Amino acid sequence: MSAAVAVPVPGRLGDRRTRTLAYVGLAVLVVLGVLVAGTLAGDAAQTTDLADRNLGPSAEHWFGTDRLGRDMLARTLAGLRLSLVVGVAAAAVSAVVALLLASAAAVFGGVVDRAVGWLVDLFLALPHLVLLVLLAFALGGGTGAVVAAVALTHWPTLTRVLRGRAREVMSSDYVAVSRQLGRGRWWIARHHLAGHLTGHFVVGTVLLFPHAILHEAALSFLGLGVDPGQPSIGILLAESMRYLTAGAWWLAVLPGLCLLVVVKLVDAIGENTRALLDPRSHHL
Amino acid sequence: MTAPLLEVRGLEVDFLQYERGLRRRAVPALTGMDLTARAGEVVALVGASGAGKSLLAHAVLGLLPPNAVERGTVAVDGEPLSPEQRRRLAGHGTTLLPQSASFLDPLSRIGRQVRRTARLAGHADPRRAAEQALAERGLGREVLRRYPHELSGGMARRVLVAMAVLTRPRLLLADEPTTGLPTDLVRTTLREFRVLADAGAAVVLVTHELRAALDVADRVVIVRDGRTVDVADPAGFTGDGAALAHPYTRALWQALPGNGFRVPEVR
Amino acid sequence: MLRADDVWFRYGSAQPWTLAGVDLQVADGEVVGLCGPSGGGKSTLARVLAGHLRPDRGRVTVDGSEPRARRGPHPVQLVLQHPERAVDPRWTIRRALAATGAGDDAIAALDEELVRPTWLDRYPHEISGGELQRVNLARALLTRPRFVVADEITASLDAVTQARIWALLLERCRAAGIGVLAVSHDRLLLEEVAGRIVDRTPVPDRGPA
Repeated sequence: MSAAVAVPVPGRLGDRRTRTLAYVGLAVLVVLGVLVAGTLAGDAAQTTDLADRNLGPSAEHWFGTDRLGRDMLARTLAGLRLSLVVGVAAAAVSAVVALLLASAAAVFGGVVDRAVGWLVDLFLALPHLVLLVLLAFALGGGTGAVVAAVALTHWPTLTRVLRGRAREVMSSDYVAVSRQLGRGRWWIARHHLAGHLTGHFVVGTVLLFPHAILHEAALSFLGLGVDPGQPSIGILLAESMRYLTAGAWWLAVLPGLCLLVVVKLVDAIGENTRALLDPRSHHL
Repeated sequence: MTAPLLEVRGLEVDFLQYERGLRRRAVPALTGMDLTARAGEVVALVGASGAGKSLLAHAVLGLLPPNAVERGTVAVDGEPLSPEQRRRLAGHGTTLLPQSASFLDPLSRIGRQVRRTARLAGHADPRRAAEQALAERGLGREVLRRYPHELSGGMARRVLVAMAVLTRPRLLLADEPTTGLPTDLVRTTLREFRVLADAGAAVVLVTHELRAALDVADRVVIVRDGRTVDVADPAGFTGDGAALAHPYTRALWQALPGNGFRVPEVR
Repeated sequence: MLRADDVWFRYGSAQPWTLAGVDLQVADGEVVGLCGPSGGGKSTLARVLAGHLRPDRGRVTVDGSEPRARRGPHPVQLVLQHPERAVDPRWTIRRALAATGAGDDAIAALDEELVRPTWLDRYPHEISGGELQRVNLARALLTRPRFVVADEITASLDAVTQARIWALLLERCRAAGIGVLAVSHDRLLLEEVAGRIVDRTPVPDRGPA
């Protein structure tokens, strides 16, 4: 019964929301730590020391060194930072595209809505990675091209989610009531849609990050990504390929694992945020 | 005297919710529900939507969501049962007749779903039992091949009744089974409950339509704001309700269109 | 005078007609009941009258002219069956009432019989269905409509709350000369509230002549 007076219950530390929040907080801290460490490690990542070439992991060089004697830990951190920055930029652009298209579809309806739906279907039907590679190639490679290519291939799924939610809101009784009160489409977009889409938008954007990060690494690995002089994870992995047969496993395994961990953490941030915002699991 | 089939005593349900941040609070939903149903009885549970009728039915079946906190006793055959024990009874003696066709699997044909119910209930020949149960409710064989969205509201409701009866319930909880049905179908559906009860089952009829319930009910339980306020004899609902002891029950009766449509003085 | 003249409507060109040549008049200050079984097109007619849906053929007029869309509140205000769906769940009651364009003063001056001041800062799920329906009614009345269409507004409420809401609605509309179309499946209810009852039966599926 809704009208009943609520009795406060003290929060328990062991409850699910506390654990979820603690996990999200920890994950955010780790990701921020990687960003800061990666920035600080920028110089060390490029410092060559030909006396210490191709060393395995040791107390001095935790992740070993590469063929030019560069410290792999510094290179991994710097690479992760670059991957995060490129991934976040691409995901953000992608999310904004999704938001604009979904809002336009909801506000204008009719032809615009059908056009957006068609565009989403078209892009989802094309093979993701092929399109990504073609775009990056067409745009001439480099950091800018990676951001553009990832942004242009990742908007459809989020657009579909936002469009579905927006449709639900627009066909609700309360929007019909606002219309009969004489409110126009922009007023309804601002006062009804914005509030209902924010949560989905934030979660959707965070969940785009891991995809964008992995695809940046993939493009760089293929040589279509960031400038080879820069230590992106994709480039580290590509370089390591030649030395794997020589037994230099640390060149590939350790940076690869770190990428996996960071991507998993970002993904967990998104999933947990979703669980917190989802009305079905909100109060569990 | 044997114990009643279902006895709910002082049932309270709170929902734990988060306020902003980590503060939790308990929002009371049921604040004192009593309900007794004996074999052979139809008990009508009457109240406004939001009064807690459906919640009571779900609590009896142990189907409350995980953030619900329950106090009080729910006893079956005189034995108090935990929510887990009650959940195990669901479908085995205790059956919920749900409110709407949305409880049917939208992706599976009617025949398949009804046969499955019959099989789970242990009918020797599920196919024949299913067809017969539908035919008894005026639904021909063509219905078997349809999907839920291809049924009218009235047909879907009859399919649900057929499935509920197929489980051979000892205790049937019918949640608003007649809302939105045309008058003749309301009467047929309610008569089904009477027949079930006369065959020895206990039927709890959850409804907000007091008048319809009076035709079949042995007792009327009046629910308001999450608590039971009165248990009345259907015979008392006549004339201007002078025989009704409880003021709220009397007000409810007198406020019905056709009975005066009176607005009580006190709010 | 609210008039529907030969109104035809269907949900999409492949669908059967839901409304086929409907005529209806409600005079100023008159209370008309619209009765019929569920699925008979009552709610569709209600939405057409309030301008939520445009008729495929025929006209809906208020005092002889078709109400212009988006020029302030519609002169025909529809109050819907499910009170909790008619208010944005993220809004407070105050914000929902303010969406009419009414200022703080007008909201504060609302009759306590209709909306209690204590509800104003609560969210829709924090008041009961009957209370929320009173808010919806107040919102419709704040626009100073010429007509109110009440589509099963008390179908999910108990008898006492039903009687109270109808008493409020009829009293307010009588005082302001507002015409009312009361839509319900419950003939006894309509006999209590309406001066005249119109029956609607589902239309046989025929195309327009």
